[in-house]
Amino acid sequence: MTKTALSVLTVLAAIVVTWYLAVAPMNIRVALDQAERAGGAIDPPSAVERREMSNWVLMAKNRDYISEGYNLERPRLPTPKQVAQELWKTTGAMVLKGRTWSKRSLIYHGWITLQSTFWGFLLGTTIGIIGAVAIVQSRVIEMSVMPWAIISQAIPIVALAPMIIVLSSQVGIEGRGFPKALISSYLCFFPVLVGMVKGLRSPTSEQLDLLKTYSASGVQRFLKLRVPASLPYLFTSLKIGIAAALVGAIVGELPTGAISGLGARILIGDQFGTPLAIWAALFAAAILAGVLVTLLDRTQQVLLRRMGMRS
Amino acid sequence: MTRETAIKAENLSLTFQTNDGPVHALKDVSLDINKGDFVSFIGPSGCGKTTFLRCMADLEQPTGGSITVNGVSAREARKSRAYGYVFQHAGLYPWRTIGKNIRLPLEIMGYPKADQDARIKRVLELVELDGFDKKFPWQLSGGMQQRASIARALAFDADILLMDEPFGALDEIVRDHLNEQLLKLWAKTQKTIAFVTHSIPEAVYLSTKIVVMSPRPGRISDVIENPLPVDRPLDIRDTQAFLDVAHRVREGLRAGHSYD
Repeated sequence: MTKTALSVLTVLAAIVVTWYLAVAPMNIRVALDQAERAGGAIDPPSAVERREMSNWVLMAKNRDYISEGYNLERPRLPTPKQVAQELWKTTGAMVLKGRTWSKRSLIYHGWITLQSTFWGFLLGTTIGIIGAVAIVQSRVIEMSVMPWAIISQAIPIVALAPMIIVLSSQVGIEGRGFPKALISSYLCFFPVLVGMVKGLRSPTSEQLDLLKTYSASGVQRFLKLRVPASLPYLFTSLKIGIAAALVGAIVGELPTGAISGLGARILIGDQFGTPLAIWAALFAAAILAGVLVTLLDRTQQVLLRRMGMRS
Repeated sequence: MTRETAIKAENLSLTFQTNDGPVHALKDVSLDINKGDFVSFIGPSGCGKTTFLRCMADLEQPTGGSITVNGVSAREARKSRAYGYVFQHAGLYPWRTIGKNIRLPLEIMGYPKADQDARIKRVLELVELDGFDKKFPWQLSGGMQQRASIARALAFDADILLMDEPFGALDEIVRDHLNEQLLKLWAKTQKTIAFVTHSIPEAVYLSTKIVVMSPRPGRISDVIENPLPVDRPLDIRDTQAFLDVAHRVREGLRAGHSYD
């Protein structure tokens, strides 16, 4: 137990240390520009000359200003501390001030994204499961549906998302809720489909023969063997699916001119040059994904244990 | 005394088409199994003993000859649930408890709930697993799992039991014990049993009739009526009569074995 904790903490520490080290070369130019404006003595003094030089040379020539890079208002790469502060400022601090649902609160934006994720997940999972059932039932359906499912995943969602939004407004669907859920489900259905096909086909020939000796019907074979045998596979793909649904929801917010949602925060942060806002939104998305996957994982453990499977 | 025929095979053949050409799993196999018989099928790998059993169960389709089970085709017999089949591996569904595994055929065949409960209780006692109905398969030893799978095959009203090397994966001590239990079970239930095995002592100890088979093509090389008394304690295996039968089986296996 302590051994596990130790290795987890070691990896975490390595990431944080690398991150801190990377801040210096990433921010040196911005730090020097800022120092120049403040009238500091910089070598070389002209920004045009500095453009020709590498980050490492600049750092070597201006050692005194390296530390400035760790305190910039608009850094290229913020420090972990800055990100954590920004995250707190836009979540916990907002709650304490009673402004949880303010437009500046990431809880508000996270909630918007979570809703799209949820509907996309629901839609994607339904499509995935129905598709898998159909594919397992019929060879013809497998041959006619499976190639399209695979091709669909080869198209970058970023290219497809604007079209989905334009088309859905063309056919008179108002608001961004539906197209966002559709984009989200587009990423989500595939892992569920593939996982369920595998799961529904997981019974051994001996298990299938057994039902044949009982002269069981196709429906009985499906409900009493294929469905329960597929459950462990279902949960594995649901965990991948919900993370994909979250990514889909965020992508759905990028090209739409949306003003709320984590994706919108990332885009606005980019347009207004506030990197801290981008990083805070990124981390909020990552934390959200972690929570969702963990919830599914717990559900899986409880359910499978109740089914007598050692998970 | 003439008894009714339970299973009758006439010139049964089964040829599998493979990439290396046809494989004659069974060729011109004819055999009568009477009601209440305990028939063992013994022979080296590839002699078609399991294929023969699967033909009786309508899990394989013969390519020649005919087979009847209880006077009807194997397919009709399967549709009327005339037999219980015990596989090499217990094949219990891991998500069902032992009780629910035994309930599976009863659910499928539509037995009323109260009847299901009574039958589960009865067969669990029969295989000495009473009290284990709430356990999951992984909580049981291999021998207990195989007993549970036999109980599952006994739970519904089939008077034929087809067993495909059910004890093959178990160690010898467990195997002896299960052999003894199986004989008692057979005496109690009066079922017709067809039993595939690799083991000469097992075949001689259990059967009323021993069918020796040989490979390439799969065929019957000897049918031995077992002269041992019906009542068989385990130590009958040390008597001369037992050793004589075992010797004849071994001779049959040797004669049928081609050394090409």
